[in-house]
Amino acid sequence: MTFDKKLTVSASPHLRNGVTTTGIMLDVIIALFPASAAAVILFGYRTLAVMAVTIASALLSEYITVKILKKPGTLSDLSAVVTGLILALNLPASIPLWMAAIGSVVAIVVVKQFFGGLGQNYVNPALMGRIVLFVSFPAAMSKWTNALAQGGVEAVTTATPLALLKDLGAGNSVSELAAIGSLPGLWQMFCGVRPGSMGEVCIAALLFGGLYLLVRKVISPAIPFAYIGTVALIMLIAGKGDLNFLAYEIMGGGLILGAFFMATDYATSPANTKGRIIFGIGCGIITSVIRLFANMPEGVSFSILLMNILVPHIERITAVKPFGTLKEPKKKKGEAK
Amino acid sequence: MAEKKTLRQEFTKGFLIENPVLRLVLGTCPTLAISTSVTGSVGMGISASLVLIGSNVVISLLRKVIPDKVRIPAYVIIIASFVSIVQMLVKAFAPAIDEQLGIYLPLIVVNCIILGRAEAFAGKNSVLASAIDGIGMGIGFTAAIVGMSIIREFLGSGSLAGMPILPASIPPMTIFILPPGGFFVYGVMMALANKLSEKKGLPKAELKGCEHCPMNDACAVRPLKEEEEAKGKKGGKAS
Repeated sequence: MTFDKKLTVSASPHLRNGVTTTGIMLDVIIALFPASAAAVILFGYRTLAVMAVTIASALLSEYITVKILKKPGTLSDLSAVVTGLILALNLPASIPLWMAAIGSVVAIVVVKQFFGGLGQNYVNPALMGRIVLFVSFPAAMSKWTNALAQGGVEAVTTATPLALLKDLGAGNSVSELAAIGSLPGLWQMFCGVRPGSMGEVCIAALLFGGLYLLVRKVISPAIPFAYIGTVALIMLIAGKGDLNFLAYEIMGGGLILGAFFMATDYATSPANTKGRIIFGIGCGIITSVIRLFANMPEGVSFSILLMNILVPHIERITAVKPFGTLKEPKKKKGEAK
Repeated sequence: MAEKKTLRQEFTKGFLIENPVLRLVLGTCPTLAISTSVTGSVGMGISASLVLIGSNVVISLLRKVIPDKVRIPAYVIIIASFVSIVQMLVKAFAPAIDEQLGIYLPLIVVNCIILGRAEAFAGKNSVLASAIDGIGMGIGFTAAIVGMSIIREFLGSGSLAGMPILPASIPPMTIFILPPGGFFVYGVMMALANKLSEKKGLPKAELKGCEHCPMNDACAVRPLKEEEEAKGKKGGKAS
């Protein structure tokens, strides 16, 4: 924050480690750069316009709400830029620009500022923005264009790999579908040559960014690994050991993007490792259940949102005992009173 | 509720200060369910107001006759008879609105606003004051639900009272006519009502426990609760 006083008086321990909100947000932006670049290459220059609109409207709505609500400004800490960018990566490339702007306004004004600003929001703003758009404009939000489509973005509208897997009829195995060409090959899935949201398709770029965040210690490995691991385990069982099916389920949809960049949001995920593992497993279970049994092909955003809401309860059951205090003796039956 | 209000104050308090929907948080269910369309909301507001005024007057007339212990069933019977009258009238003269309101029209019987006003006001005030209270509260309820429905129908269906406003090329934000959008609009309107009454130097609507509730002296649950607590304490000591 820019309004910090020069001298801060606080209780011990007087440690300082130079980590600032701005620094963390800058790291996240750097980590999202490969995925954004991949989006521009795969879906064309229109993605740049969508990103510009979401970021600009996020910054503008943050500025206006802060002014109206008379709160300390958090414009310079880049958090609104991160929200706008993540929202853009969650949208299909063909989304009308005004819809993208509405998503940003919902994310910043409703989810972030109405609940008290940075760090007070109890669900991920970008995700909520996406879900509001998804519920409001289902047609525009599920109009997927194939990456590297001939003749520009508007050319082909196709089903995502996950939607294809969902319709997997009896007798059609995953490898057969891939052979006909309706499913992209595994290598194409890894590079992102498939229909989907702008930022979720290029697994290579997302892993690269996720690795950067892990190395910089911006995020801890607990949530992404617990999340992806749970989905992998359930899909392995659901696919009866079919590794092809497993690979498509892991790389399809927004799982990698969600696990590394959205489930790990500080304000909306548990504070200690035990809680984070529970959080990740919960996300994984809900995602798999939605993918396998609900009538939507994808459930990453809803699963993270649901677990966001459960975070206070996870925190309560995983609270660590403060240093120097004794463990409360367990009350035995009959001993009370 | 302690100081005596003038009739004028009794009339206007329902608009904002004690607005049943936005400040007392009563009648939430019909408000959220009906406010997806303006016509339905107007119908709901008017029918609920008619029931409210009628039941307020009759309950106030009978307040010395009704024994305290069975007052709730007695109130409900009075309210139910007014609801039946209103329902028959709506069915006869405005069948379209009846179709739109559906089950929520007979459900006015259990509308908290009406029973709440009966308990908190009509049961212990004069007939004239009760009638005026009913009119004021009815206007407050109607204004709140219609206001909400204007926002929700415009954003959620792109129309007002059934007439399309937005061109067909702009898809409306469906979420506003779905429950989450309803809760969102409700929350924002409550915040605005809080802000407006704060400007007038009035206290914010906050949950402060039983003793701050306007229905405290007439509450049916509180004595039961206290009795239970007292019993619980005794039981604890005995063991």
